[in-house]
Amino acid sequence: MTDMTQTIESAQTAAGTATVGTAAAGTATTAGARAHARAQHGRTTDTMMYVPAAAAPECLTAGLPEAAAASLTWAESLAFGRYTHLELARGTRIRLTDTDGDACVHAVLFRAGASFERINVADTVKVPWQAYLGQGHPLLSDAGRLMATLVADSSGRHDALTGTTNLAGNQAKYGAGSAHSASPAGRELLTLGALKHGISQREVPPSISFFKGTTVDADGGIRFTGSAGSGSAVELLLHMDAVLVLANSAHPLDPRPGFTGTAVDIVAWQAPQDLEALAAGGLGFTPGPEHLLALQNTEHDFTARTSA
Amino acid sequence: MNTSTFSIQPDAATAALVPGHVVLDEYVEARGPWSAVVEAGDVLTIVDLEGNQAVDCLLYADGDTAARYSAAATIAAQGSIFLTTGSVLRSDSGEPLMTVVADEVGVHDTIGGACSQESNTLRYGQHTHEQHACVENFLIEGSKWGLGKPDIVSNINWFMNVPVDPDGALGIVDGLSAPGKRVALRAEADTLVLVSNCPQINNPCNGFNPTPVRMIVTRPEASR
Repeated sequence: MTDMTQTIESAQTAAGTATVGTAAAGTATTAGARAHARAQHGRTTDTMMYVPAAAAPECLTAGLPEAAAASLTWAESLAFGRYTHLELARGTRIRLTDTDGDACVHAVLFRAGASFERINVADTVKVPWQAYLGQGHPLLSDAGRLMATLVADSSGRHDALTGTTNLAGNQAKYGAGSAHSASPAGRELLTLGALKHGISQREVPPSISFFKGTTVDADGGIRFTGSAGSGSAVELLLHMDAVLVLANSAHPLDPRPGFTGTAVDIVAWQAPQDLEALAAGGLGFTPGPEHLLALQNTEHDFTARTSA
Repeated sequence: MNTSTFSIQPDAATAALVPGHVVLDEYVEARGPWSAVVEAGDVLTIVDLEGNQAVDCLLYADGDTAARYSAAATIAAQGSIFLTTGSVLRSDSGEPLMTVVADEVGVHDTIGGACSQESNTLRYGQHTHEQHACVENFLIEGSKWGLGKPDIVSNINWFMNVPVDPDGALGIVDGLSAPGKRVALRAEADTLVLVSNCPQINNPCNGFNPTPVRMIVTRPEASR
């Protein structure tokens, strides 16, 4: 038994978790195993979700609006090569920060409880007549509605055209691509996140990515523009209850031979007042006409299915 | 459809862009859907009969429709958003489904996706909500093969021109095709080809006038 305990401790250390403290007297009995397990409660590591969100360290919440502190709903530092997911309420504002400058966050959105409605990347670039994501860009569903708006952006390096990485591609480039490998493909991770909400792989749509950009040349050639550097942040405002699935994994056009990247910091808070402020141009940009029509469609839908 | 419209068309063997034994020759009516399985090695020629007609297209591996066309994987692998001769149309997992083996236009779209009644309301106004749209064609035709809404993703638009300006502005502009122009696709695996012959009347992709197209499948003589 002592050997097994040591094995567990070594595995945890290898995974980046702090070494087990003084364990209870062995794990040969249920009482001992229980005490051993419970002795681990309350530990922290560099990349983890903080529950409740109010328990997050200040480095995650620095710079948030004063009102946000009282309504935090999500605080997490997501490791490179991992994924996360949460169902969030309409009026939630989410900030993603590329703290160390080498994150690449692949994202898909599903309407909560109705996953047949999901982000549509073609409409997201076609409808607002703009291929590059930046402040004020609407993220549209395949039902002509506004799922979220990119309300703030200090990066400007994002991609709605080349999607995420896949299993075969990562196997060829890095030697492995499955979710439990050392170089998991973005699609494998997004699929896992979706499955945990009862959403099948078939339903996982093409994704967008933040913090690693591309541009298109006149002849159609697509060019990888990399990262804007450390400290870049984007903020999304949700216009409908939605499941957000995020995978922090390599960009498909990243030219580096190794599977390389850094964590992304995530914080979310309730900001329902921003829903009206957006339409009035009060969030630092003026929504385009297609954006406002999408907002109207979303509000129409919300009104129709919400009792007074 | 008034078949007499096509009486002056050449026979299929002549109209096919790649020579071979004709195994299928069908017209897709204006605004209509179409689908067929193209067997590995066979070549599908799409003829833009009257010019400037967008042909929205999705591909699925016939043996496993979970393996479907991925615009993103296709763009990333070839390093370009445009499709033309040599472009390999890849699935979500990066596997080749079809290859463009001949092309008389030079530019086909990967990023514009399909029109839908819902997106039309954003692009042109609420009055367009009851017009025909590609997503309805995809749903109707896909349902014949057991496909549903989850299977409808970003698609190819043959004969449609969507440039991206240096500032990221993009849009569907006047097409580069002309009456009789063709594109030919060779199946790398048995592939279910799902088509919506685009009904859009509010932008230049169909010249504001949807028209029929012709689908010809040929099999190389050597493999008969």
